[in-house]
Amino acid sequence: MNLTLKVWRQETRDSKGRIEVFPAKDIPSEASFLEMLDIVNERIIAEGGAPIHFDHDCREGICGMCSLTINGIPHGPESATTACQLHMRHFRDGDTIWIEPFRARAFPVLRDLVVDRTAFDRIIEAGGFISVRTGAAPDANTTPVPKEEADRAFDSATCIGCGACVAACKNSSAMLFVSAKVSHLNNLPQGRPEKNRRALRMVQAMDEEGFGNCSNLYECEAVCPKSIPADNIARLNRDYALAAARNALT
Amino acid sequence: MNALACMIGSFWDSSIGKKILVALTGIALLLFLSGHLAGNLLLFMGKDAINEYALWLHELAHGAAIWVARIGVLTALIVHVHLTIQLSIRNKAIRPNYSHPGTVQASRSSRMMIWSGLTILAFVLYHISHFTLRIGNDYNGGTYQTSLPGHEDKVLNVYQMMIDGFSHPANALFYIIAMTLLCSHLSHGFASVFQTLGLRSAKNGALIKQIGRAYALLIWIGFLSIPGAILFFGYGRP
Ligand code: FES
Repeated sequence: MNLTLKVWRQETRDSKGRIEVFPAKDIPSEASFLEMLDIVNERIIAEGGAPIHFDHDCREGICGMCSLTINGIPHGPESATTACQLHMRHFRDGDTIWIEPFRARAFPVLRDLVVDRTAFDRIIEAGGFISVRTGAAPDANTTPVPKEEADRAFDSATCIGCGACVAACKNSSAMLFVSAKVSHLNNLPQGRPEKNRRALRMVQAMDEEGFGNCSNLYECEAVCPKSIPADNIARLNRDYALAAARNALT
Repeated sequence: MNALACMIGSFWDSSIGKKILVALTGIALLLFLSGHLAGNLLLFMGKDAINEYALWLHELAHGAAIWVARIGVLTALIVHVHLTIQLSIRNKAIRPNYSHPGTVQASRSSRMMIWSGLTILAFVLYHISHFTLRIGNDYNGGTYQTSLPGHEDKVLNVYQMMIDGFSHPANALFYIIAMTLLCSHLSHGFASVFQTLGLRSAKNGALIKQIGRAYALLIWIGFLSIPGAILFFGYGRP
């Protein structure tokens, strides 16, 4: 297939970016989106140009490194799919495709399509862990966990921290990410003793990193490659309100 | 008291806390709207019914009740508007735009909350100066006093104020536009309250959304029935 790419190019973090146009000719429809970019890059290099920089690692949809906004939608048009798992057969011959980095002030562009997402790591450092040593794997059923709670915690734990939720949010809010991480631990008996502290600290870290304020548009859950639902956000709101009230009153 | 002030202070300083305050003041405004609409609809019960109701409101608890309500609603309004404007400005500042914008599922109402809200605010200011402060019209003149069965003194003729007010097409038009945007604002705001207060879940989410839309529609129909009846069907006009 033959496509036209409109790609965001930016040399350094502080330079001004712009959209550049690249033809993408003879792309096999079974190629993945990143493979398509590889092919285009090979040609750019052969002509002596600077290849388009983009992040990737596993290319299996599990690491959360790929971070492309394709036609205005983080990870592109397919739901529950990372950019690396998106295939060219979902586009039509002759299409023009816009490729931009994840956009948020808290995710500064480093080069072209590569953004700095270490803000997420600092939020995790603020409370996304259990403080005690967990030791070796315990025997099965030593700590009973009701099925619904285990499911809820597991579903939240599937978050790969890619940042698509922030990129899709009109407010650059990180609430879906933070709420998934908080839900993952707060739903389990091992995480419960630090429940209040975790909610307060992670939300504080989120605010300090310069993420925006959720206004319940739910674009985040629509683009999440792991289909993490926005009810996690409701749960975080509740956990935070109770923790903050408790903190103020005791 | 100190603990309460401390709690409000900590909410005021955090992103989620601010939103919780927006939700709580939103509830106060939702309740006020329902009460206000119920009172307004007395217009259709005739002149004496609504004038009697207005008099009762003004005299309840020797005139104290209406001031408590006014101050309460005004405080809720100021907090709601102040915080939402502050949050919107901040959100806008930290979100660079895409050259090719895209939206998957956010409703139009949800994306124009600040604009529907600001229009409603402009309307509320106009509405208060029109009917409560009665600036720039002759509602303060003798013609808007009337007698009420069972009362010796003359009372304010709220009924006639409404009929005359909505007989001006420009007035009615602004009212209709504002109420339509209010309907849009409520259809997102109602469900948002549940999300922000942590009461929405996978099970009740769809139901809350439907109830919010139904509530917004009821408020819209209710408020529009008044200028509609007066302007288009000549209700109460000679
Ligand atoms: S590259 Fe690992 S998730 Fe896409």
